[in-house]
Amino acid sequence: MPLSTSKYRYIDCDPDLCIGCQICEYVCSYSKTGEYNTYRSRIRTVRVDEVLITALACRTCENAPCVVACPQNALTQHPETGIIMVDAQKCDACAWCIEACDFGAISINPASKLAEMCDQCEELEEGPQCVKWCPKEALSLTTPDQQGQKARKAAIKSIKDEILPVIPLKETTC
Amino acid sequence: MFGYSGKILHIDLTERKTWVEEKPEDWYKTWIGGVSMATRLCWENIKPGCDAYSPDNPVCIANGIFAGTPVPVGGKYGLASKSPQTGMIGDSLSGSWFTIALKRANWDGVVIHGASEKWVNIFIDDDRVEFRDATKLLGKGTFETEEAIRDGLADDQVRSATIGPSGENMVRFANVTNDGRQAGRTGHGAVWGSKKLKAVSVRGTHGIPVADPETLNQLAFDITKEAQGPHTSKYRLLGTSTNVLNMNKLGLLPTRNYQEGVFEDAEKVSGEYLHDHHKVKTIACAQCPIACEQMSVVKSGPWEGSMTGIEYECLFANGSNLGINDMNAVIKLISIADGSGMDAITMGLTISWAMETFEKGIFKKEDFKCKKYPEGFELKFGNGEAAVTTAELIRDREGIGKVLSEGTHVASQMIDKERGTETWKWTMQAKGLETAGYDGRGLKTFALGSAVGVRGPCHNRTAAYDPDIQGEVDRFKVDERRGELAKDTEEYAAVYDTLPLCKFIRRCFTGKADRAGAWPTIAKLINATTGWEFKYEDVDLIGVRAHTIKKAFNIREGWKREDDTIPYRWMHDPMTKGPSAGHVVSDEELEYMKDLYYTAKGWTKEGMIPKQQLIELGMPDVAEQIGV
Repeated sequence: MPLSTSKYRYIDCDPDLCIGCQICEYVCSYSKTGEYNTYRSRIRTVRVDEVLITALACRTCENAPCVVACPQNALTQHPETGIIMVDAQKCDACAWCIEACDFGAISINPASKLAEMCDQCEELEEGPQCVKWCPKEALSLTTPDQQGQKARKAAIKSIKDEILPVIPLKETTC
Repeated sequence: MFGYSGKILHIDLTERKTWVEEKPEDWYKTWIGGVSMATRLCWENIKPGCDAYSPDNPVCIANGIFAGTPVPVGGKYGLASKSPQTGMIGDSLSGSWFTIALKRANWDGVVIHGASEKWVNIFIDDDRVEFRDATKLLGKGTFETEEAIRDGLADDQVRSATIGPSGENMVRFANVTNDGRQAGRTGHGAVWGSKKLKAVSVRGTHGIPVADPETLNQLAFDITKEAQGPHTSKYRLLGTSTNVLNMNKLGLLPTRNYQEGVFEDAEKVSGEYLHDHHKVKTIACAQCPIACEQMSVVKSGPWEGSMTGIEYECLFANGSNLGINDMNAVIKLISIADGSGMDAITMGLTISWAMETFEKGIFKKEDFKCKKYPEGFELKFGNGEAAVTTAELIRDREGIGKVLSEGTHVASQMIDKERGTETWKWTMQAKGLETAGYDGRGLKTFALGSAVGVRGPCHNRTAAYDPDIQGEVDRFKVDERRGELAKDTEEYAAVYDTLPLCKFIRRCFTGKADRAGAWPTIAKLINATTGWEFKYEDVDLIGVRAHTIKKAFNIREGWKREDDTIPYRWMHDPMTKGPSAGHVVSDEELEYMKDLYYTAKGWTKEGMIPKQQLIELGMPDVAEQIGV
């Protein structure tokens, strides 16, 4: 599976922290539809083999395959934020974008018959509601570079015992 | 109406037909949901006096108020039928996605009548019901069954409650599993098996409107954040398994079939050991911000790769209670129970009864002949491999498993009749349900709570160990407060079991778990969801009504005062070691406490409910049938 090499921010989920509670789906569907319905959530939790759990939303890929795939040219990508925008006049719900997305981050709204995906709650001052609500702070609005920084820190923490044997490790798991 | 659809779905497996029953808002205000509504549905739809395995015993499923909303830990449902273990009400709770899917399909409850000729998987697809052939699902474990149904329907949002091989084989204490969680006790899986009902699957696509979403969101958000603090740290870090060492310190950790209350190897089968050596991941039920399920794995040896979620009750039952100090064997045992869909508590206590029966020379090696061990094996305390093999025999009803799969009550009757023995004296059960992991000899309020428990002795339905352990009363003595305490703790628990909310959230409203600390916020949550005007007293009444309808059900099924009892061992065999050594609950103490309890409840000396009380609680039809 190709990883995003995007410069844009996206909602990332740390699978070590995610507990699979789906609270992100409730608040997402509520803020987008006014009702609690995880079917209409633009972020989806996935659980495989009982313990592999994470949440996925649009990763704002650079040269986004969904935009390329759309035969109606209904999808465009914001040049600064990378957020995918859907032209309601052009989208005909053909679902090619869904097939093009490697992360399963797009769905067709059964009422409006339009493609929809995470827009990072850009209309809200306080930002993405899923990030705000996530009880385990597993979700963050981040970029691949910031993820790299986090990984480097985690890597050095994992060898902390060898380099700083006197400092007790703080409990960090949930 | 907000929070409810006003509709109950009835499904008849015999006739393969369905119908819709509409209920008025007042009915919901009385019965709310969870165990209360499920029991009420059972009261309305069962043929009184029927056998638990007969088509006349319905399967009743009831959602809660908060399922599908962001209210933390509100994703739970109640499941009720007449229990094949007790012959009385079998009411269980389970969490997670299944109930939310059902809520989104716009059903408040489901009643399944009759019995199918062929194995069936009911598929509730919003308002359409399909009877799907379940032949291909037979023999599959609980998790595999759910996955196979999702694959078959090609929709990963389909949620199912299923039985595993144990339920198919009608192991009397088989249970119902959904999303890795169990409606664990009282034998629902056997009832489903008797109906050839392999699974109920749901796809619900509707949104859930509530009366005041802004208020509800704010309340839910605050509780969600509070649930990350010290009030839930016990559950988040180690889960309830931390109780192993706590109980051991108090001399209350059931050891070798409750012969003792301290286990010399408690450390090795403790929550702490589990966390350090076997934990893979902590996971949550849907809609839960706490996450207490400690997924644990066997890393090496013959059972390598066995994995399941572990909490205190299944841990004590299959660890210290079997004298086993090898956590690998304990995980394997619990994974057999969970994977095949049976109650891990009753399974553990049945194996421990068989172990004691073996060590007393009544069971012999040749009683344990099976395919794996054609010469039989020695089922001694501490022998992990023997315990694991026995669990497999129970699951498959093979050899001695035919007897043991009946649970300790029926199994002991069979053996005692056949061999002229008194093995019933070390069955750790009352009303036919095996006891929880708190020893009543050192917790006298809890002994009373267990005796009067409407579904049998159960830690979830009575929190009467609390005043004992907290030191509110002398745990070894009996005094006049015990009746009130048993009443208060069971009615308190019944509020949570009816909404339902998981009790682990109880300190997250204000920091205090008592009624004053929790009820005002719970009332606000109810009102924001439904638009009702519930007050403190109304929340309190939820628990009283829930408990009353369950008791009424039992009375109609023939309950008598003498059914309220505790295991023989708690009354006659004192432990010899540890801080709780030397104590029993005497017959006089038990009868005295029962008198106090019935008085506190406003019942007659025989434990019957006065007509007037039932009428005041808004149950005139119940008053008519069983009131005195």
